[in-house]
Amino acid sequence: MTDHLHETPLTPWHDAHGGRMVDFAGWRMPVQYSSIVEEHLATRQAAGMFDVSHMGRLSIVGPAAVDWLESLLTRTMAGVGVGRCRYTLVTTDEAVLDDALVSREADASDGTPRLGLVVNASNRERVVAWLRSRLPATGVVLADHTRETAMIAVQGPRAMEIVCGLCRPSDAARVGGLASYTATKASVAGHAAAISRTGYTGEDGVEIVVPVAVACEVWEAIHDAGRSAGLRACGLGARDTLRLEAGMPLYGHELREDSDPFAIGLGLAMSLDGRSFPGRDRFSAMRSQPASRVRAGLVFDSKRTAREGHTVLIGDRTVGTVTSGSFAPTVGTAVAMALLDRAVAVPGTAVDVLVRDTKQSGRVVPLPFYRRRA
Amino acid sequence: MAAPRRYAQSHEWIRLEDDGTATIGISAYAVEALTDLVFMQLPEVGRHVKAGESFGEIESVKAVSDIYAPVSGAVLGVNEDLPKRLESLGQDPYEAGWIARIRPDNPADLAGLLDQTAYDALIAKQSH
Repeated sequence: MTDHLHETPLTPWHDAHGGRMVDFAGWRMPVQYSSIVEEHLATRQAAGMFDVSHMGRLSIVGPAAVDWLESLLTRTMAGVGVGRCRYTLVTTDEAVLDDALVSREADASDGTPRLGLVVNASNRERVVAWLRSRLPATGVVLADHTRETAMIAVQGPRAMEIVCGLCRPSDAARVGGLASYTATKASVAGHAAAISRTGYTGEDGVEIVVPVAVACEVWEAIHDAGRSAGLRACGLGARDTLRLEAGMPLYGHELREDSDPFAIGLGLAMSLDGRSFPGRDRFSAMRSQPASRVRAGLVFDSKRTAREGHTVLIGDRTVGTVTSGSFAPTVGTAVAMALLDRAVAVPGTAVDVLVRDTKQSGRVVPLPFYRRRA
Repeated sequence: MAAPRRYAQSHEWIRLEDDGTATIGISAYAVEALTDLVFMQLPEVGRHVKAGESFGEIESVKAVSDIYAPVSGAVLGVNEDLPKRLESLGQDPYEAGWIARIRPDNPADLAGLLDQTAYDALIAKQSH
């Protein structure tokens, strides 16, 4: 039953190192190697490395590439200079298709602009189909490089020293000096890589893209170099608990096709004024007419976990729905993100969540649940 | 001497004691498969359960699982401290990690469960 699943270039490593492999968005991926809690805490305290090769990696190249993306993305391309990354949504007239990271790479030698778009695995095919349907006759070439490269996230307080230590000496200072949401090219463990100071854990760190042929070698070099610092390989289970603690939305949970981005704290991803992109007027109406429910954090007294779809109550009155929930290892108790009636989405409000017919008491807290020390 | 353990397909173990009661827990394989246990809801003492009925739950970071009664009977007692030291389930699932003691309606029902050999074969199949 697993032979139809995509595998990443690192799958043999996961199999050889006790990865518990699951089907995630059509990919055979490790959910954990040993313990999600241990992997989570290693990332908070030292470093974690994650195979995120299932994420979609697209390139947009051509003289019209910047203008074309400007006409399609919710975030303006103005100010996205070479080496900059920016969080954006990909929308149609009717729906939010995905959230994505757009980045501007160095122009080609003839001056042609080159950009990258990293999209969720679960949405890659439909985002590619949507973008293809909007391609102009000339001036933009769209390509999907997901299967030609691997992507490795190294995250945590010691991530930068581990990665910089593997860079060619002439690259190390530049990589170490990357500002948040910027990117560069560098040689890592002897191989050409694209490195961005980005991630999805609430920690400092990088995401590294390398060709398939060298993926295992680069992965093992990072794993070996980081071991003495406390680095661990982490599965998607820890990635999910880390992003939940960091209050980051996940497509399909907090963020959905019919989401109001302003209600879930993604207003910063919406550059509406003086722009035109699919659904722009619909989002403009959302901005002027605030939604009845907004995203909020909940913490619980118990480790019994409220999960997606559970109902949030005050007394017997329904006031919201849980979008993600888990035991949060750094917080030490169960937490959740929920869409709550605006009037009660105020820190301190006492609520119950109906967890399999039993009320679990908790309270509204500000997001994120965890913020790293500066 | 207590009888050997028997197992349900759903990975609970049960052992008939000399006094005619039976002790129930979950297998080492189940604990290992769950990992990262965070919460346990013990069975309700005094309740009568039917074989295959959920009478407790065990929750890991990833998911919650029901604990099913391997045979029908009345719940006589539970391991009250276990939810506070869930690590016992991993360290000693067949003694310190016991979950509930029941009085089986019909002790002969245990014979219909898997013996050690059959259970070992089941988990060998599930791990591959």
